Amino acid sequence: MSMSGFYVAPEQLMKDKADYARKGIARGRSLVALQYTDGILLAAENPSRTLHKISEIYDRIAFAGVGKFNEFDQLRQAGVRHADVKGYTYSREDVDARSLANAYAQTIGQVFTHEMKPLEIEILVAEVGLTIAGDQLYHILYDGTVMDEQGFSVLGGEAEAIAERLEESYEADMSFAAALAAAVNALNGDAEGDDRLIAEELEVAVLERTTGRRTFRRISHAELQPLVESPEEPEAEAPAEPTAKKDDKPEA
Amino acid sequence: MNLPIFPPEDSPGSNFPELLERLGHTLPVPEGGMSQEFDTHATTIVAATYADGVLMASDRRATRGHSISDRTIEKVHPADKYSGISISGSAAFGMEMIRTFQLTLEHYEKIEGKHLSMEGKANQLSGLIRSNLGMAMQGFAVAPIFAGFDLNRGVGRIFAYDVLGGRSEKDDFHADGSGSITAGPVIKVGWKPGMSKEEVIELAVSGLYEAADDDAATGGPDVVRGIYPMVATITADGYHRVPDDEVAERFNALIARKTEQGHRP
Repeated sequence: MSMSGFYVAPEQLMKDKADYARKGIARGRSLVALQYTDGILLAAENPSRTLHKISEIYDRIAFAGVGKFNEFDQLRQAGVRHADVKGYTYSREDVDARSLANAYAQTIGQVFTHEMKPLEIEILVAEVGLTIAGDQLYHILYDGTVMDEQGFSVLGGEAEAIAERLEESYEADMSFAAALAAAVNALNGDAEGDDRLIAEELEVAVLERTTGRRTFRRISHAELQPLVESPEEPEAEAPAEPTAKKDDKPEA
Repeated sequence: MNLPIFPPEDSPGSNFPELLERLGHTLPVPEGGMSQEFDTHATTIVAATYADGVLMASDRRATRGHSISDRTIEKVHPADKYSGISISGSAAFGMEMIRTFQLTLEHYEKIEGKHLSMEGKANQLSGLIRSNLGMAMQGFAVAPIFAGFDLNRGVGRIFAYDVLGGRSEKDDFHADGSGSITAGPVIKVGWKPGMSKEEVIELAVSGLYEAADDDAATGGPDVVRGIYPMVATITADGYHRVPDDEVAERFNALIARKTEQGHRP
């Protein structure tokens, strides 16, 4: 790293980098992940139909990112490669989110410390367990910090405000519809009427605790419509009873 | 394990075999020959199109020299939801090729976010066979059949390969392996366009029975152990293995017919 010759304290360098990264991330939209009865739900505000923030990494592992798209998409691809090669050279059962999260943390931390510009990203690696107790959520920050979270995880710009809202409505063992309602309400925040998110502005996927090998499934806008646009009142204690059924067709 | 990050200009993209090579996971081709007796061989495989899609079937025997090394080997496997791959020739390299092929298709889908076309899959398999050329020239060739239901065209398609990776599409049927010199003509004589599922299974059963009858390396129905050739269908509903008891029933009926007719050598 070339400097003009003036001394800069390491603390200052790191703080500047951290500020830079946080600003980049704060500009973007948010994302939530939460555990529910049948698996893990991931929901992001995403107006694009084709550029995904949430993707499949492996049989029981999903990736989600916020911030600069090209930066976290490159990490996504690296994660798929890591998982597929590990599964090939060892076995499918040996691929887990924890080791992938650690690999991400190392790489991201390395870039933060040694490169000119930190990655303006925040990512999540989620793994669905055979039971709720086995679910894992790893939240990795721009500087390589890894946090192992329970219940739910929030990434992106307004993470604190969204987390607070989710704290109120989240319950362990929710149905899909209740979990989706809690997630969307949290993402909506104070927005009212036309400002509230519609199905087309959401990217939603789940890791389903099914007997099939691949548990990742995207929820189409058509499936979301009845669940998102019908007014689900945000309740602090009990989420409203789900009226629409989740579509059970496996993804082609 | 490290995270495989590549600069954009030097990335293997969605190509799984190239990724393996770049990370140093491919085996070098040893020099010098090796007696083929050390290699386990897998034999008769067949595929045939019918009204709903395509059928794939194989016997269950693997041989090493003159010995039977495996009585229950399955040579037909799903490649992905709508296609299947079967191998004849070297069992070790064949099974490895199936595994790599399955991973190649899944890897592409995850990196790109969409499935490969049928042509794309067929081409990928050509590449895999070609990369086995070193081994093929030493005598460990693998000749697969790739078949599947083409969602765009709404029909079953079959791709046959030679050991060099040369590919040709078959509208009707194909057989490969040491028993194919018998299974092939049997299926050829019985095949007609638009067969029903029952008819095409019956035809495959016939072909495999006759192949086992003529070829020492092909296993026929083993009624003592209850091991029968395997059959799978690939249609708009995807790859499905025909249950063993249904296959057993067909073979038992065939055996009963032949016994009654006084089937003589």
